[in-house]
Amino acid sequence: MTSWLTNFSDTLLDTGRDVLPIAAIIIGFQIIIIRKPILHPGKTLFGFVYVVVGIALFLQGLQMALFPIGELMAHQLTTPEFIKTNPQTTIANWQSYYWVYAFAACIGFATTLAEPSLIAVAIKAEQLSGGAIHAFSLRIAVSIGVAFGIALGTFRIITGTELYMYIVGGYILVIIQTIFAPKLIIGLAYDSGGVTTSTVTVPLVTALGLELASSVPGRNPLLDGFGLIAFASLFPIIAVLSYAQIAEWRNKGSLT
Amino acid sequence: MAFLKSRFIKQIIESFIDLAPIFTVILFFQFFVIEQPLPDIINLITGTFLVVLGLTFFIIGLELSLFPIGESMAYEFAQKGSLFWLLVFAFCLGFGTTIAEPALIAVTNEAAEIARLGNMINDSDAAKSSYAFGLRITVAISVGIAITIGVLRILHGWPLHYLIISGYAIVVLITPFAPQEIIGIAYDSGGVTTSTITVPLVTALGVGLATAIKGRNPMTDGFGLIAFASLTPMIFVMVYGIIL
Repeated sequence: MTSWLTNFSDTLLDTGRDVLPIAAIIIGFQIIIIRKPILHPGKTLFGFVYVVVGIALFLQGLQMALFPIGELMAHQLTTPEFIKTNPQTTIANWQSYYWVYAFAACIGFATTLAEPSLIAVAIKAEQLSGGAIHAFSLRIAVSIGVAFGIALGTFRIITGTELYMYIVGGYILVIIQTIFAPKLIIGLAYDSGGVTTSTVTVPLVTALGLELASSVPGRNPLLDGFGLIAFASLFPIIAVLSYAQIAEWRNKGSLT
Repeated sequence: MAFLKSRFIKQIIESFIDLAPIFTVILFFQFFVIEQPLPDIINLITGTFLVVLGLTFFIIGLELSLFPIGESMAYEFAQKGSLFWLLVFAFCLGFGTTIAEPALIAVTNEAAEIARLGNMINDSDAAKSSYAFGLRITVAISVGIAITIGVLRILHGWPLHYLIISGYAIVVLITPFAPQEIIGIAYDSGGVTTSTITVPLVTALGVGLATAIKGRNPMTDGFGLIAFASLTPMIFVMVYGIIL
């Protein structure tokens, strides 16, 4: 119990330290440049404390419950015994890794759905669009994008194909979609790429990438272990643009 | 206070629903695919409880502090009409929130390790830490510039997609020139810069500006700041790799 408390106070201190520069910038500009007192200072301070305590509890819980088991599973799913490959082989057979793809997709979907920054952006988008964009549907669309992205990213690590080919291909798809997509959604779609990858997703996905790159024959964890985050940031853009496109087509269809 | 209490209970239920899929996935794979018992049930249950509680506090705090403060500052800057200070604020916000980002510190340390193995830098701790620190500064400056450009875009009403597509084009064009070892890190660094506190604050700033300025639509013009902050680090990190 005491070790738990010291752990938590460490996390709380770390979170506090991360917030400090942000608080200093806000307060500094508020006093020196804007020269107006903050509206509802009590409520704001109260909210800030909630944010810091919330993030610290969240991280502490993740470290206790989710990260150890997630890393253990990433390890177990990629061992040669589980994949049932011949340990002497030097070429990986990408088809025997089907559980890895399934796990990558499921964990990508589930962690993105719980990502606090995505929840924040989705709340804002629903408020601004007057409910035309449903926060939960947006989060589902983003999560599907991440699920697909991470599954494809693990496929890339296993086959050892070049990262930039996938990323450049993805960009070209985004550019084509941008031309046809409803203008209202474009900013939100681009933003959704950056918000998906934070507190929950990054540690779990990085662990998966590194485990995979160290167990697949012929891969170097330092060179091939990276790139999953890039997939997780690119595919949500494609997913959200598609979601908006489909929503627009359906609306048009119902009018005619 | 009664409002807060009912808000809290509602949010706890929502947080629980948000987190349920993760535990479903973990339990399914553990029991049916790996076929192993759960290693530490007490920690799993306590940890889950803490995650639900933490997410609840965060969401309530967000609506009480980060959202209103970001929007009210955007509004005040728009009222004052001081472009210079608004841009300085945008840069500081981007730089200040990124430089201390734990995920970024972890990634730059790994990048230094790769650079050492690739014989790009000397095999000493001093060379490694200066490489990692240089990379961190580079990313933080690139995020600062990203937010500044993003704010300018909102003020002038430039269409977002031209800027983002040009950014993509730059990424594609410089990738062949960047050292092989840095490409993966560069592409990933775009995703790790935007933390849980930065995202709501920066989103509120963009939306607030687009609301306060006449002729801007918060929906089409307000979003996009995060997109810039995820794009510029890729370019800057590759350039850093080319120069060194």
